[in-house]
Amino acid sequence: MAKANEIKYLTAIKAEKRPKKYCRFKKLGIRYIDYKDADFLKKFLNEQGKLLPRRITGNSLKYQRKVSEAVKKARQMAILPYVTDLLK
Amino acid sequence: MQNYELMVIFTPVLSEDEFKAAQKKFTSLLTENEGTAVHENAWGLKSLAYPIQKKTTGLYWVLEYQAPSDFNEKLNIQLLRDESVLRHMFTALDKYAVEYNAKKRSGVSSRNEKAEV
Repeated sequence: MAKANEIKYLTAIKAEKRPKKYCRFKKLGIRYIDYKDADFLKKFLNEQGKLLPRRITGNSLKYQRKVSEAVKKARQMAILPYVTDLLK
Repeated sequence: MQNYELMVIFTPVLSEDEFKAAQKKFTSLLTENEGTAVHENAWGLKSLAYPIQKKTTGLYWVLEYQAPSDFNEKLNIQLLRDESVLRHMFTALDKYAVEYNAKKRSGVSSRNEKAEV
């Protein structure tokens, strides 16, 4: 029996192709991001309540800016926490 | 005339009547200054994400209104003077925001379901 690291392929196996990221606001035609809607904004935050980068969410710059503004407003009004652990 | 949205957090110690009276105070100030209230929404008692002035809950109130642009300054002074207000925030609404709020009010939950995709 050949061990896994000894197996050699004649042709390189294709790595699985990731689906392309997209900006959900552009795709779904969302024009306004509501700061009062905490559950929606949580999609753009990590577990510490920090904003996720565009690299991960795929938002366009225009809407990433709007998301960040909405999140900051929500934080001011104590709808979202500034710092936390185990958000979600 | 501009579209604005005001969100206020009152102290949780207010009684039902005092909460109503406080809301009335600010809406009457709005009508005195040639503004019109578009929509009023009292969320009521809600827990805060972090304590403000050592309080962990607050009474939320959201008011959407149209007013001349010099009105917010007057309202701001009144809000800062009021002891029962923990925190307040103004938001200037663009046309998409007005559209979104109108849609939300009419019961068509427009966005969240779509955005689940």
